Order: sequence, then structure tokens, then C-alpha cells
Amino acid sequence: MEINKFEDVFEGKLAKNEMIEPKDWMPENYRKHLIRQISQHAHSEIIGMLPEGNWITRAPSLRAKVVLLAKVQDEGGHGLYLYTAAETLGVTRDELLNNLHTGKAKYSSIFNYPTLTWADIGAVGWLVDGAAIMNQVMLQRSSYGPYSRAMVRICKEESFHQRQGYEIMTHLAFGTNDQKEMAQDALNRWWYPTMMMFGPPDSESPNSENAVKWRIKRETNDQLRQRFVDQTVRQVEYLGLTVPDAHLKWNEAKNGYDFTEPNWVEFKNIISGNGPCNKERLAARNKAHDEGKWVREAAQVFAKKRSEVYEAA
Amino acid sequence: MTTKEALFKYILRIGDTNLILGQRLSEWTGHGPFLEEDLALTNITLDITGAAKSLLEYAALVEGNGRTEDDLAFLRNDRQFFNVQITELPNGDYARTIARQVLVDCFDFYFYQELSKSKDETLAGIAQKSLKEVTYHLRHTSAWLERFGDGTEESHNKVQLALNELWQYTNELFEMNEVDEILIKEGIAVDLNVVKTKWEKHISDLVEKSTLIIPQNVFMQTGSRKGIHTEHLAFILAEMQALPRMYPDAKW
Repeated sequence: MEINKFEDVFEGKLAKNEMIEPKDWMPENYRKHLIRQISQHAHSEIIGMLPEGNWITRAPSLRAKVVLLAKVQDEGGHGLYLYTAAETLGVTRDELLNNLHTGKAKYSSIFNYPTLTWADIGAVGWLVDGAAIMNQVMLQRSSYGPYSRAMVRICKEESFHQRQGYEIMTHLAFGTNDQKEMAQDALNRWWYPTMMMFGPPDSESPNSENAVKWRIKRETNDQLRQRFVDQTVRQVEYLGLTVPDAHLKWNEAKNGYDFTEPNWVEFKNIISGNGPCNKERLAARNKAHDEGKWVREAAQVFAKKRSEVYEAA
Repeated sequence: MTTKEALFKYILRIGDTNLILGQRLSEWTGHGPFLEEDLALTNITLDITGAAKSLLEYAALVEGNGRTEDDLAFLRNDRQFFNVQITELPNGDYARTIARQVLVDCFDFYFYQELSKSKDETLAGIAQKSLKEVTYHLRHTSAWLERFGDGTEESHNKVQLALNELWQYTNELFEMNEVDEILIKEGIAVDLNVVKTKWEKHISDLVEKSTLIIPQNVFMQTGSRKGIHTEHLAFILAEMQALPRMYPDAKW
């Protein structure tokens, strides 16, 4: 078959809403886009373990400690499925990790913000995981089979995390005055960074067009951001907290809220490495990886020794 | 000492040992040597912290003066903790974490076997559940001890050094006092001499299989049965207890 024919088959599958599988032919830019998107997603899960892990040793109840441990472990698990899904596209985990550790690969910029109080653990679960779900629900129907299947499981776990985050916020918002203040402060600090998670405005989003065509993405950044605001305002009201946006206003005509855009200059800066925790996050990943080197080597050498013994027998 | 007081102290000893070990292990979450192992060690941490929660819940019930498991975990000071000292030592490198874990897992394995026959049904129940989990932990950490021992020269040296330095804390696991005496008579507590014999045999075989050596003539540390600890425990508690102490009226 010529390239054209392969491409017809590929386009045909997309048109019929069928999955593309690892052994199917796919255009090179489709493969590249997927590797970039899936590995960025995997890196985000792994880096995301750090700000949340920051509070494991200080969780204020035994139940909270167990729930947070399990949550951070789930994020690691997501990283694992996603790296594996990316590997089906012909890259190795070593290459992907190397890109992360050298700063070549991106990850969700939200994790470059610090978790300063226990309320941040609530806010991250509620807002950040909430926004992540909104981004990810559509990926369960993405055209690439392994990615789509990984996302089904990830979305289930993320909705659980979101409820756990909201539960923390509920305890705080209906708790003592100090706790309520802590909750409001966390909301103030996480509101705009969370809105940035949907990416730059559609007018400035270079990767969106193909992504929509390939069913790797199904809605635009602005559509998702609007939906997030509309949904979250009600949850903020239930908690008796205030959205930190003086211009937030219901717009009957569009059946949604008008709201202040996040600060895109800050967003660009954080993406390019100037956020409050960029350096710490990468340093922590590099440290764990470097200090784990002798462990991985020992395991490999041991396995080799044992397989030689086995072969000799 | 009444049987009830002895039982309370006995459960605290087991509960605190799990709590502080879980607290230390949780420092690794997100920082493991590679992703699969990070997830595996976190699983172990979850089991151990879960056991601590059940035990402290039961201790609070036995004490019966309205304290909860969280009060016991977050509002006692270091001299009121009865965890064995080996659990509070810093994690060190992965060899040290694994060496400590294998020593404690092996103890727990035989300890819970015995405790699951306790006449105290709650303790027996917790022991049966924990035994299933610890069987798994011991398999995992034993495999790592062997990999490190018979892996590279670097891993061998690191894990041998860890064993050398941890060995002085192992005798505490088997110490018995009045608490044990009272509860063994009631068929509630475990005779730790029985556990010790099995533990020594198991560890000796495992260490040999891992091409490592058990340190000899080691002077043994002691104190935790009286609430005397290393310098590390107070720091662990300062971190772990910060929020409940800072906001005494808050519920989380």
C-alpha cells in the first residue's frame, strides 16, 4: 500500500469513531503529538506527587493520612499507566524521564505552585483534580486505544480524589474560624492557577486544531474553562466561601458566568521555569532518580546473575 | 497494674510501632528509586499505617476515658510513646530502609502468627488481617535484601553497613516486662521468646542467602518499653502533631 492508502485507512477509522491501536499505521505528526501529550500527562502525575506528598507526614488525622497516602499513590499509578501507553508509540521510559529531568519536557504548570497549608491539599483535590477531570473526561473517547483505556481508569480515580478534596474543604469551611480562613486563603491562591490548567485562550493555542481533528481533544480550552467556572461557583457557594474575582457575574444571555481571565503573563513565566517551585520540583525528581541509580543497577545485576545460574542449570 | 492497664500499654506498644514506622516510610512516597518501587513501598506504608489506626482505635476503646485514636496519635508526648526505637531512625538510603523493614517485617510475621491466637478477639482479628499483609511485605523486602546483598559491590556494601548499624536495635523487639507477664497469663499476649527463636533462624538464613553477615557481639540498645527513645522521635512528633496541636479545637 502506498502512504495515501494507509492514510485513507487511518482517516476512515477516525471518521467511524474507531480506535487507532499501536500496530496500526499512523501519520508521524499524530504519533508525535500523542507522545508529547501522553508523556506530559505522565510527568504531571509524577510531579504532582510532590506538592501533595508534602503534607503526608503532617496530615492532621490518621484517616486523613491514609487517604492522602492512597491518593498520592494513585497519582503514581496514573503516571505508570501513561508511561506504558506512551511506550506503545515507540519511545522508552528512559527517554521520557530523561526529557523530564533535563527540563526538556513540560508538565502541568499547576504543580509549580506550593502547597502552603493543609487546606491546599483540599483545594488541590477539589479544584486541580476537578479541572483535570474536565480536561480528561473527553480523553476517554480519544482516538488512540491505549490512551483512551488508561483514561477510563484514571478518570474514575480522579473523581474519587475530587470528592476527597471537597470533603477536606467541607471540614474546614464548616469548622473553626481559623479553619475557614485557611480554606478561603487556599481558594484565593488556587483559583486562577486552576483556570490556567485549561491552557491559553483558543486564539493563542497552537496545538488545539489537530488535536480536535484527531479526537485527542474534543473541546477547546475556552469552552472547558467556562464549564469549570460555571460548575465550581456553585460548589464555592455551598461552602460559604467567596470566589476571588470581583468581576464574576452571571450572564443570562450566554447562560454562564463572566469572569476575569487568569494572568497569562504569570502563566507563561511559570511554564518557562519561573514559578515558585519549578526548580524544587525538578530537583526533587532528579535527586530521587540519581539516588535510585545504584538500586536499579543492583536489581539488574542480580537478575542477570540469577538468569545465568538458571541457564547453567 | 490491672489487666486493663496492661492491655492498654500492650496495644500502644504495637500501635505506636506501626504508627512511627509508617510515618518514616511515608517520607519515601514520591521519592522512591523508581516508580514501581515507589508504589510498592507506599502500599506497605498504607498497610502499616492502617494497622496503626485500628490498634490505636482499640487502645482508646480499652482505655475508655473518651480519647480517640487521633488523640493518642497526635496529643501524646515522646515519653508516652512505646514504639521500638528502630522504627524512629531516619530512613537513610534505600538499603537502610529495606534492611530495617526486613528485620521488622520478619518480626511482625512471627509475632502476628502468635497474636492471631490471642484470647482477645479484637487483637486476634487485627493480627490475622495484618499477617496477610505482612506475608506480602516480607516477601518484597526479603527479595530486595537478596538483590542488594548479591547485586553490585556498592549495593552489597551499603546493605551490610545498614545491617551493622541497625543490629543494635533488634533486641528491643523481644523485650518483655510486667505488661507481658500479666497478659501472657491471660492468654492475650505473645511470648516473645518464641518469636525470637523463629526470627533468628529466619533472618540468619535470609542474610546468608543474601551473601551478607550478621554482626557479632553487638551491644544492644534499650529503652522504648519505658518510653525512652532516640533523639529522633521528638522531631517526628513535632512534625506529625503540628496541626492538631496548633488548632486544638479543630476537627479535620
